Amino acid sequence: MATVMMPTPLRRLTGGQARVEIEGQDVGTLIQAIDAQYPGVADKLLDDDGNIKRFINVFVNDDEVRSLQGLHTPIRATDKVSIVPAMAGGQE
Amino acid sequence: MSGLNRDQLVRLAKSEITEITARELKSWQDQDRPLTVVDVRERDEFAQGHLPGAVFIPRGYLELQIEQHQPDRHAPVVLYCAGGVRSALAARNLKEMGYEHVYSLIGGFNGWKNAGLDFKIPTVLTEEQRLRYSRHTLLREVGEAGQIKLLESKVLLIGAGGLGSPAAMYLAAAGVGTLGIVDYDVVDVSNLQRQLLHGTKDVGRPKVESAADRIHDINPDIIVIAHKEPITSANALEIIRNYDIVLNGSDNFPTRYLVNDACHMLGKPLVDASIFMFEGQATVFLPAQPELGIEGGPCYRCLYPDPPPPGEVPSCAEAGVLGVLPGIVGSLQAIETIKLILGVGESLVGRLMLIDTLDMSFRTLKVQRNPDCPLCGDHPTVTELIDYEQFCGFPGGTAHEHEESLALA
Repeated sequence: MATVMMPTPLRRLTGGQARVEIEGQDVGTLIQAIDAQYPGVADKLLDDDGNIKRFINVFVNDDEVRSLQGLHTPIRATDKVSIVPAMAGGQE
Repeated sequence: MSGLNRDQLVRLAKSEITEITARELKSWQDQDRPLTVVDVRERDEFAQGHLPGAVFIPRGYLELQIEQHQPDRHAPVVLYCAGGVRSALAARNLKEMGYEHVYSLIGGFNGWKNAGLDFKIPTVLTEEQRLRYSRHTLLREVGEAGQIKLLESKVLLIGAGGLGSPAAMYLAAAGVGTLGIVDYDVVDVSNLQRQLLHGTKDVGRPKVESAADRIHDINPDIIVIAHKEPITSANALEIIRNYDIVLNGSDNFPTRYLVNDACHMLGKPLVDASIFMFEGQATVFLPAQPELGIEGGPCYRCLYPDPPPPGEVPSCAEAGVLGVLPGIVGSLQAIETIKLILGVGESLVGRLMLIDTLDMSFRTLKVQRNPDCPLCGDHPTVTELIDYEQFCGFPGGTAHEHEESLALA
């Protein structure tokens, strides 16, 4: 089971959980597996064409999946997957 | 009495050491020979001017401090004073410590000047500054030279809010000489939970004004330049051009893309961070400048090619933010800024730091330059500033107004 680190904005879909243990062959199936358990997550991460939204980064361990094999990046049980969306706050 | 008089002692010293002329020293320097040149005069003499590249160790401290600058006993060390007497005596002491190649400059600094060679008149710390920054100058990575670099630096803060507050206060305390602040907001009572630049008495005042007061209270030496206007495509280049480094503490996506693009176009390092509820992100965007040997790294567009559609990502005004969080993240930005100024350590270029204060984890992830990036990629298409409101899906209004009117996502 890979560990997926959920960003704050998505935690209301995971019942407040910051870490989710989940099984998946690659990033794409992993996202679908999270979505099966916590409906709505895939919709937040993927655009209409099924690609990762361009203001969201998914990292497998230290590396962003666009620099690996995108949604086809294989996942091992020991991997840490981080979902990192753009956020703008700071000034107000 | 068997003691030596002054002239005998000097003669003895000179007979035991090697002296070189200003011209010889200059030719060694021109050949890039690795040399440690030490000015052994007193501080006020050093302050009047010294040899380029010389380290300053007054003779009274020479034996105690030389190893910090040159521990290698085989390495050449050149000492000079005003006229060549004190340095001859000092050279003899270094020989006693085992330094094998110690030289004393004939005629000292006066001889150097009279030979028509270049010298530097350094900026030196005042007595008050030496006390104020003593904890800095003790650090080998800062020292007096580093402190002077900080004093001569100009940093622009985008926003005097959550992130800008700790950043501005620490940069001011650290002696970063010029702080520009872009903010057109006034202090609201709901800001005080996290924006330590402003106090209860400041409610209703322009933030740039209360920020300047707070900064001057911390350190009256700091020059504060207030930019009491929104930063836009029309003024961004003009404002940013005058600074060395930009620290981003803005609260909306159009400003983030604007500042990123402007910094890239001007070749200015951008110390970026954002916060949301209990989480923060921080990184450094360093534009590549091959002509200066700066390899650079990714930019904000490499990390986030497109902004989220309006409303998709809630702002702090909607979702809330832990008041202490910007204290941590803004302080990280101040540290990264100071590291860039001093040229020490490893900066967050190409690394995104994630701070989660709920599980108190700090993680750094790799960010790579995107060769297809429209700004910093191999075939850039964004070559001038654009309409960032429109780019972020806010046609015809400011992002600020829109974000505040959004329902909680």
